[in-house]
Parts: sequence; C-alpha cells; structure tokens
Amino acid sequence: MVEDAKYITVTDDTFEAEVLQSDQPVLVDFWAAWCGPCKIIEPLIVELAEDFEGRAKLAKLDVDHNPTVAMNFGVRSIPTLLFFKDGRVVDQLIGAASKKTLSEKLENLVAETV
Amino acid sequence: MVDVDFTLAERRNVVIIGSGPAGLTAALYAARANLEPLILQGPEPGGQLITTTDVENFPGFPDGIMGPEMMIKFEEQAVRFGADLRYGIVTEVDLSESPFKLVIDEEKPILAKTIIVSTGASAKYLGIENEKRLLGHGVSSCATCDGAFFKDQEVAVVGGGDTAMEEALFLTRFASKVYVIHRRSELRASKIMQERAKKEDKIEFIWDSTVEDVLGEKEVESVQLKNTQTGETSTLPVQGLFLAIGHTPNTSVFKDFLDMDDLGYLVTQADSTYSNIDGVFVSGDAQDRVYRQAVTAAGTGCMAAMDAERWLAERGS
Repeated sequence: MVEDAKYITVTDDTFEAEVLQSDQPVLVDFWAAWCGPCKIIEPLIVELAEDFEGRAKLAKLDVDHNPTVAMNFGVRSIPTLLFFKDGRVVDQLIGAASKKTLSEKLENLVAETV
Repeated sequence: MVDVDFTLAERRNVVIIGSGPAGLTAALYAARANLEPLILQGPEPGGQLITTTDVENFPGFPDGIMGPEMMIKFEEQAVRFGADLRYGIVTEVDLSESPFKLVIDEEKPILAKTIIVSTGASAKYLGIENEKRLLGHGVSSCATCDGAFFKDQEVAVVGGGDTAMEEALFLTRFASKVYVIHRRSELRASKIMQERAKKEDKIEFIWDSTVEDVLGEKEVESVQLKNTQTGETSTLPVQGLFLAIGHTPNTSVFKDFLDMDDLGYLVTQADSTYSNIDGVFVSGDAQDRVYRQAVTAAGTGCMAAMDAERWLAERGS
C-alpha cells in the first residue's frame, strides 16, 4: 500500500456522496482481500489515481465489508471495475485489465465531461 | 508493428513472459545464472494457481499449500536472486531476429536477446452470446474469486475434470446446492477428487448434458440444458454458472512466428525447450497439452532457463 495514495476508499455509507454525486467521473474497483486477481489491479489504481488527479476519481470498495453497494450494482465477480459518470454506470470491466485500457476509458469519460 | 520506437528501448539478456510455475522457475534459474531476467507477469500474475485453493500434489508440501501462497513463495525465491518482476502484458512481438522486439501494454518497447515463453493457459468459455453478456453477473470461471457472492444460492459447475470437482467442492462452502453438469456419464477427474465430490451432499451430478444457453436479464437466472443421449432440453434454475471445461493456451500473440499445433499449443524440439525460432524457448502449459501440472511446468521452466543460458554462452554474451 502506498502511503500517500491518491485513490479514495469508499464504503456503503460514503458511496452516494463520493461516487454518485461526484462532479468527476469515478472508476470504482470492487475487490476483496481473498481475491488473488484483485492484487493485479491494485498498483494500476494507484498509478491511475496519480495520472488523473484533479480530473477523475479512483476508488476502491471492499466487497466483504460493503455488501450493499456490490449487491445493488449486481457485482458477482471480482475484480469488477465500474465506471461512473453523473451517478450512473457508463462502462464496466470484469477481471484484470491493462493500464492502457483503463486509462483510455477514463480519458474518454474525462473528455466527454469537459 | 504499432508505432513504437525501439531506438532507446530497454535491453535484456532474457525476458520471461508469464509468471506461473514455469515462468518463475525459469526466473529463479536465470537469476542464479546472473542473466538478470525480466519477468513480465501478464494478465494473471502467479498464473492459474492464484485462483485455486489447496495444492496437494506439489512435492515438498506434505500438508498441502494454498495456491496463492505457493506462488508468493515462488516469487520470493526468484526475487531473492535478482529476478526483476514487472506488471505488464506483451501485446505485440517481432521475433524475426535477435534481439527480439516486444511491446508491453501497447506502448513500452523492450529488446530481448532471448525469450522464454511461459504464458500458460486460461479457462475456456462455452462461446455463447449470453455467457459473455452475463460474465461477472453470475457467469464465472473462478469459484475461489466469486464463490462468496453465492451464499445460500443454487449454482452449477460445467465440466468433469479435477478443476470442476475442485470448484464444486469449494462452492459447497457458500451455495445451498451445487449441480455438476457433465456431457458424459463418467468423470475425467482423478479418483480422489471424484470420491470427495460424490460424498458431498450438496453436490448433484447431471450426466450426459451440455449447456445450451444461459438465461437472465441482468444476472443469471437459469441455464438451458440439452441431454446428449435423448436430445431433450430442460431448464435448470441457478444463480451462478461456473465454467471448468478446460483451458486454451495463451499463445495467440506469437501466431505469426512460433509453430503451434491445432489447439494452439507451442511446439518444441525433442528433448529441449527450443521453439522453431533460435533464441526463443517455451515452457509450461503453453507447450504442454498432456500433463499441465504445476510440477511439470516448473520442470520445463528450469529447462528453458538452462537452454537460454547455454544459448547466450555459446554466443559469448
């Protein structure tokens, strides 16, 4: 874990405010401690949070401790990455993905926002 | 190749593609030979074992070991001798001459004097439209990743091998009922796994059946089955469908350069890990359509590193 990580950790309680009401596009990484493939995504989220600072938010949500949000969005597999904009899911990726793929999707969302 | 400039590319003696038992064993041997190997971990670092539970057939662990834990040990051992592990997926190659050209994540160029391919294999899917649509919403190829989402629900596992038995047994921890759908009337799984699965009350076998379709609006609600003997179709209500119908070698990125068989497995020269291209060595499940064990993958990974080391030595580098 990077100490001054720029991504945010969201929970069932903060999801509404941090994600749904966000002015910026948000990429939420649904993960859990027991999930091997989730560990692949972790460093990408850290890097992307840096790259997109001030333009898009990167968030992590632990499905073990926050089952409500995961259930509401039909997350039944992890890692799942959901892209939010204006309170809605606009894109999704299931399983591991390359940084480039994530970066391009975020760039597109940021471009649409401006 | 895509517009990637190789003039200032990072140069390596050995680049190992993949980080399962084959890749990490190759990394260990190459690092101990002072070749300073770079390991590109690929889309599934640690390989297939990352998504398994107990590994009971790897020698040296009399009480078994968890797959992810074993792969962390593999990693630590390789890193201890200087292996350079990096996240990254090889998206393009040019193997026409050494140094070989590799493009990582569609942007980063690397030049490699030798390459060890240990890209392994990935779970196979049925290949039907609705399966793709519902992937992550009830369709899964990894019980250990997704099983916990199916607490007190009914699920189905497709397949008849050891992986199918392991997935089914794992799912009994969460699901109220686990159907195992198999297209034949007997299992391919090892005797010990068959016995365990057959003893488990929550597991029910559906023989001689194939999955024709997966149904559900936003999440899996049922699967459509077809009996291979009678041709009859039926609907089985389940919330989850786990696929364990085998694996496909991850070799498509090499298709313009490396010889492969009809199923995509890379072809090696007898008693070696030499591919058809001088300086490119292949190991692990990517070249093994017969055994596909962690221990055999590790064995061929070791062979590949030794072959690469000799290849470099003969050329004075």
